[in-house]
Amino acid sequence: MLKIWRGLDANEGRWETHEVPFEAGQSVLDGLRWIRANRDPTLAIRFSCINANACKECMVELDGKTVYACTARLQPREMTLTPLSNKKRLRDLVTEIAPPTERFTDS
Amino acid sequence: MNQEPMRAETDVLVIGSGAAGMYAAIEAARSGCQVLLADRSLIGRGGATVMAQMTVAAALGSETADHWSYHYSDTLAAGRGLCNEPLAQLLCEEGPECIRTMDDWGVGWARKDGRITQAMAPGHDRPRCVYVDFLNTGPAVSKTLRTAVNKSGGIRKAGDLCVADLLRNNGDIVGAAALHLGSGAPAILSAKATILATGGLTRLYRRNSASANMGGDGYALALRAGASLVDMEFVQFFPIGHLAPRLIGMDPIMWDPFRYKLGGRLLNNRMEEFTQRYGVAEDGKYVITRDLGSYAILKEVEAGRGSPHGGVYLSFLHCPESALRESFGPVIDRLAANGIDLTKMPIEVAPIAHYHMGGIVADAQMQTGLPGLFAAGEAVGGANGANRLSGNAITEALVFGRRAGRSAADYVKRLRTSPDHADNAHTAIALIGADAPTRNFNTAEMLQTLQKTMQDNVGALRSEAKIIAALDSIGRLIDELGDTPPGDGNRFDMRRIDWFDLRNMLLVARVVAEAALARTETRGAQQREDYPRLSPDWVCNQTARLKDACIELSGGPRALTETTS
Repeated sequence: MLKIWRGLDANEGRWETHEVPFEAGQSVLDGLRWIRANRDPTLAIRFSCINANACKECMVELDGKTVYACTARLQPREMTLTPLSNKKRLRDLVTEIAPPTERFTDS
Repeated sequence: MNQEPMRAETDVLVIGSGAAGMYAAIEAARSGCQVLLADRSLIGRGGATVMAQMTVAAALGSETADHWSYHYSDTLAAGRGLCNEPLAQLLCEEGPECIRTMDDWGVGWARKDGRITQAMAPGHDRPRCVYVDFLNTGPAVSKTLRTAVNKSGGIRKAGDLCVADLLRNNGDIVGAAALHLGSGAPAILSAKATILATGGLTRLYRRNSASANMGGDGYALALRAGASLVDMEFVQFFPIGHLAPRLIGMDPIMWDPFRYKLGGRLLNNRMEEFTQRYGVAEDGKYVITRDLGSYAILKEVEAGRGSPHGGVYLSFLHCPESALRESFGPVIDRLAANGIDLTKMPIEVAPIAHYHMGGIVADAQMQTGLPGLFAAGEAVGGANGANRLSGNAITEALVFGRRAGRSAADYVKRLRTSPDHADNAHTAIALIGADAPTRNFNTAEMLQTLQKTMQDNVGALRSEAKIIAALDSIGRLIDELGDTPPGDGNRFDMRRIDWFDLRNMLLVARVVAEAALARTETRGAQQREDYPRLSPDWVCNQTARLKDACIELSGGPRALTETTS
């Protein structure tokens, strides 16, 4: 069971709970990708490498602690997912994690 | 949303920030150009480079005497007669210089007694492959290039840009139009020269070894702008991608380095070695090439001798724990955390989409057929023919990236007048910022459907019936996708991002399937069950262009070239 914070910014968000199939050894990212393909494609998450913990893009907070979604394991309980609390929120679990010099701005 | 487009102007626009893109940016900046380095996600984190665990082939001669011409012979032999020779030569000839430059920049190639270590890899006639321990080649290459990019003046970095279309001015390419994910606004990136360094198309397949952003977008961008693609039927499957038990936090191609260092044994469900049945006895060493390895494993599974999850076993049971520890140190602990003890159990492996030999037609200057458009790295087609030699991908990224950066800079210097407008900017902006129609379809599910279709029907084992089934399925998905993107058009709108990805992926999937259907033979990565032999008529390269929304193939055997659709 994944309880996920949804919304564009902190003031107008909501909680959503999804039950995902549990298979021992699976990652939280597996669960989030399952939700997108099977329940709600609008759920925003950020990742590149899927499984390798190489890109370091999938950081979220799990029960208030920062984790990589690709290495945190799914557990058969309610797990609460929120965007990184020290970063600007973009949407749902996606935050602005790029260093300021790597962001696109109008010239 | 109809937001005002954001705008940027530069001399050289580099799309994609893997090794090829970053090296191109560094070289163009060194030549005095202003560079905009754009990426779908973060700069220098995604793509294939960061996932490469080992190895990088170059005739350094550090382990044993070597010369680039030997590497070149091995590359041509692996390519089964189809390599673009000038491109293959460039890769082999300039590889050593790029490897040494990376060494100077502090990448940390593994060394023994001060010399750079070179490992023996399948298809090579001598030890030629450098690497960074442990399983760290890709991350080290990415990090080194990120640092070099940061030290270069003149490179502006821009992440979260999903490029939707190239911009044209009378047939010249003058930049690109993108969806800026961070705001949801369209962005017009005006450039005198544009380099596509977008990597390959492994995301088209359900089981793949690369990042989520490798959906063949560069191929689609080039095709829609009027450029040609070549060898699109040749998708390399890496034979021993991890299958089971479930393993997280590690790349599925991680068993390759284990095999380089320790050999390892491929076994069927009777615990017998089987590759000798398909012509290659391994005898505890790692010698089978990628095309033959994938074929042998799939045939063994088909014959009912596969492992429980549909692959085969890879066993290191014969290796003492001390040897495993010495070769892979901390990796052994990461495996233990996943419940894997190689001294007690074999693991299951199966072929996984890994690399694309085909790509954009470019000459040895990385110039495409369109003025102002260059390509670099895996996005370039032809250097590796029908099957890529192990270790050539990162070499190609570095060598082609460097060359593309120089060529683009030369082009910018020769340009008499700056392009002042783009013919298709308005259309591109309108599409990116389209008011969302209230259509309700699951883009993420469509992506999975496409990946399953390609894996099952245009994967490592193909036939006419399977490919036609895939083309039907692709056609239905194209209809479902429609002409306008869904979503609210605000920032990080996942359905809109998926829509632009699918638009590219479906076009590229069609090209792969049609090229695979036309090639009625088995060669390298193209394994046709209905045409199981090499055909002397097919020592030729097929190219594909887009003409009135149809894919036009040419270059096949003369009697067969009338195939269009």
